[in-house]
Amino acid sequence: MARSRLSFSPDDRVNAFLTTCPEPEYGTGSLEGLAIAIKDNISTKGIPTTAGSRILEGYVPPYDAHVVSLLMANGAAIVGKTNMDEFGMGTTTENSAYGPTLNPHDTGRVPGGSSGGSAAAVASGMVRMALGSDTGGSIRCPAAFCGIVGLKPTYGRVSRYGLIAYANSLEQIGPMARTVMETSRLMQVIAGYDPRDSTSVDQPYCHTPEKNIQGRRIGVPEEFFGAGVDPVVAAKVWEAIEVLERKGADIVTCRMPAMAYALAAYYVTCVSEASSNLARFDGVRYGPAVDTKKPWHEAFQERRGTSFGKEVRRRIMLGTFALSSGYYGKYYAKAQSARQQVKSDFLRLFKEVDVIAGPTMPTIAFRLGEKADPLSMYLSDILTVPANLAGVPAISVPCGTVDGMPVGLQVMGRPFEDEVVIDTAYAYEQAVD
Amino acid sequence: MVSERDIEHIAELADIGIIKEELAEFTGQFNRILDYFDILDTVEESDGYKQDGYNVLREDVACPSLLQEDALKNAGDTEDGFFKAPRVM
Repeated sequence: MARSRLSFSPDDRVNAFLTTCPEPEYGTGSLEGLAIAIKDNISTKGIPTTAGSRILEGYVPPYDAHVVSLLMANGAAIVGKTNMDEFGMGTTTENSAYGPTLNPHDTGRVPGGSSGGSAAAVASGMVRMALGSDTGGSIRCPAAFCGIVGLKPTYGRVSRYGLIAYANSLEQIGPMARTVMETSRLMQVIAGYDPRDSTSVDQPYCHTPEKNIQGRRIGVPEEFFGAGVDPVVAAKVWEAIEVLERKGADIVTCRMPAMAYALAAYYVTCVSEASSNLARFDGVRYGPAVDTKKPWHEAFQERRGTSFGKEVRRRIMLGTFALSSGYYGKYYAKAQSARQQVKSDFLRLFKEVDVIAGPTMPTIAFRLGEKADPLSMYLSDILTVPANLAGVPAISVPCGTVDGMPVGLQVMGRPFEDEVVIDTAYAYEQAVD
Repeated sequence: MVSERDIEHIAELADIGIIKEELAEFTGQFNRILDYFDILDTVEESDGYKQDGYNVLREDVACPSLLQEDALKNAGDTEDGFFKAPRVM
């Protein structure tokens, strides 16, 4: 097959890229010649992939993630790998070992995270589209903070083969773009069955966004406008919900009581999974080499102590603790009960409404360094983690600005109804365009 | 509440590598986070997380895989076509 080359030399003033490919090849297909950036925790054959960590410095994957193969088979040009919080652990992209990405709207602020490089690359116009991954909001948060669209697909709809695992039961790869139409276009290419991911579901996405939402029932949980949510951001999101109402949607206020436990359940679950997943990084098979002359534990502790960042070490230790004998019942088992309640809340509401809407983030983008305390950073994920716990699709679409910074409207839907979530976001986007 | 000794023990279990100067910081942060996790004590017991899924099984079919050479390409140290790791004993 004839392949062409694209020339790519972006003026990256916001540290969005960790690696760029100056002359990527591309072929024919629905994404022919389109420059697409890939989050650096998604494996790309022959292109360095670090997941934002020193422990993978110099690692060049010998294979492509399933989504990358799909992009290339559809003509896309992979132009580079984007910056991220190390292994996806963060809400600001400040936890990258390679320096923070800056928000293109205000370089004194963070772009959100953990897919901050992908969001900034799209928002600053360096690429039209990008892939991110979302474990607890890592696509939607930076989409909201940078004023772009980002979709976390239903769990199972996009293959995770080749995604460097952080918390398998929660994460999905998803599309990020300037518009809902382009997000949908990218989703069409990456969704579908892959036998190499045992959680993959055979549900291709073949859909063109439809803006008619006459009669769509939109649930608005009180908890999404509760304590911790900036009232100015809340008001902006309510305005967006009223736009949908004027377009024919029915707005139904409702309750999600399990939101009280969602954040704790999420963090206990993700740190536990991380403590297991990240055990593989020991300098033997990839990354800076371990000293094989030293005894096992000493050698590994030296490699992991110096090559993992503090947040990663903190989460591995928290997970080790939560799963340890004597504490398992108090933390992990309880978190799974709480996760079940969050899921039950969604399924109960989805009998009454078609989608659930609220803010994506409780505030506008933080200033650099503002969330130095880990717990205060964790708390800002409260509105995005429920969709990951329940595995439901969720999108963030820009809905205006507060103090000059973008605000995101979040729409969540029933499992495998990514199309309805896309359509609702499209209806809003077209109404205000 | 966890103590600095507990943090040292957890770091040891996880082979995470911790130095004395870091203990106070990690311990303080750990305790604030664990305090927050205490909200889970109020969750009513259920049967835990119910996966509505089912196991996806298939026949074991031999497929092409990575070449040994490619699999070893990123290794720090190799010997006779194997990964070389630190000594266990």
